Amino acid sequence: MRTNEIFMAIKTDFPEARQEEETGAVIIPKESLLKITQYLKNHRLAFDNLHCITAIDRAERVELAYTLYSISEHHGITLKIYLTAGEENVASLAELWKSANWLEREVYDLFGVIFLNHPDLRRILNPYDWKGHPLRKSYSHPEVSIKPRL
Amino acid sequence: MNTSQTKDICTEEFLINMGPQHPSTHGVLSLELKLDGEMIRDCTAHIGYLHRSMEKLAENRTYTQFIPYTDRLDYVASMNNNMGYVMAVEKLLNLEISDRAKYIRVIAAELNRIASHLIAIGTFAQDLGAFATPLFYCFREREKIIDIFDQICGNRLTYNYMRIGGVQFDLPKGIDEKIKKFIKYMRSKVDDYDWLLTYNTIFLARSKHIGLLPKDLAINYSVSGPNLRASGVKWDLRKDEPYLVYEKLEFDIPVGENGDSWDRYKVRLEEIRQSLKIVEQALGALPEGDPTVKIGRIHKPSPSEIYLRTENPRGELGFFIISDGSAYPYRLKIRSPSFSNLAVLPELVKGLKIADIVCILGSLDILMGETDR
Repeated sequence: MRTNEIFMAIKTDFPEARQEEETGAVIIPKESLLKITQYLKNHRLAFDNLHCITAIDRAERVELAYTLYSISEHHGITLKIYLTAGEENVASLAELWKSANWLEREVYDLFGVIFLNHPDLRRILNPYDWKGHPLRKSYSHPEVSIKPRL
Repeated sequence: MNTSQTKDICTEEFLINMGPQHPSTHGVLSLELKLDGEMIRDCTAHIGYLHRSMEKLAENRTYTQFIPYTDRLDYVASMNNNMGYVMAVEKLLNLEISDRAKYIRVIAAELNRIASHLIAIGTFAQDLGAFATPLFYCFREREKIIDIFDQICGNRLTYNYMRIGGVQFDLPKGIDEKIKKFIKYMRSKVDDYDWLLTYNTIFLARSKHIGLLPKDLAINYSVSGPNLRASGVKWDLRKDEPYLVYEKLEFDIPVGENGDSWDRYKVRLEEIRQSLKIVEQALGALPEGDPTVKIGRIHKPSPSEIYLRTENPRGELGFFIISDGSAYPYRLKIRSPSFSNLAVLPELVKGLKIADIVCILGSLDILMGETDR
């Protein structure tokens, strides 16, 4: 199925979904994420593969992009969620797709987005005691002082 | 010893760290194992030892400047990484490349796939105790591919050969003869491996029915590449979402039956044969023309975003690029295959012995350079 057809299928059951004009990604409110993803996985659309989760820091909001594919049906779609600054939390999809476990840990580590009900929300790439979330645009590198050898 | 006494004997659960410095973890990977005797009760993987913040670095590099960094992701298959990245940028820029460049890319990528699978097979056999011989054989063949790459682009490991809009250089004169000679040589060597390893009793005993990865679990974990195909899923982006000229080339997708370690090895061995077939066809159909780049190095794509994935030797490598109209990407996400392939490891090792972890890890063929980025 093409992206537009998939969007129409989602739209008929979930009128709150809308399409991002430039990219064709389907934007959904964060409250209905679990509902819609359950539908996408178990409906005839059969999205069996959560391929990639990533975040984009747009200063006023953080966008989450979920790249979903269906191996049996040969199609894919990008779901997007806009999180307003200060409320960077969203439901975890680790129950539905096991791949979400590590992918969400990565987004948490690099962007500080909290995934609610995640089984094991720890940092994954940075050391466990690292301060800050490096891929945020507001992040500044920790001061490293190198004293010249005299 | 009577039975009442044996009942009192109980093993104590204890924790052991495997890695980060361990010859069988294929890089700096740390596994925290909860053991009962020699049996594994639980396994937690700690990654990130090779984390270099590639995605952050990308935000301060122009699109062209980031190409050499992609070499350092999956450093035994640099050509494929280069190719995945430049194709993503080309899609962002709506750039068409010449036919000759497409064919050259396919040849380079498939040769690199063979080199990468050779390392996978060699180290896998080494991990299973076939000390040195298969590894040396595999590296002997890989050396010939590296020689070819050395002639094509002047580098042996980090090639930096692909460019946005084409490739760095045209193929040097006489290289096609060399590649043809290599194809013939490699075909006989693959048969040798088959004869030496595939049905070897010890090899079978160590790898057959070890680390079973069922189809559903593999898809659910987003496992990709040879590991997915070994579980019986006939899915290869070169066939299912063809890019470059793969549509015009004839090749099969080898799949496994059970999804055990042996199947993963066998799929890789078969893929070497298929890649040789692809290289042979691509060389035969190589069109005339100029594959080098004729446009400038600074690109300013209009604000947009794209996601493109290509079939790497280890699985599906994806680049998610967001541009804001400047010469630097606003955000660049690398979806590396090893990251997802490694996430499934704890599921595979529960209830097995420590020695089986080494076998499973070897058969999954993960690479920490792209896992940690």
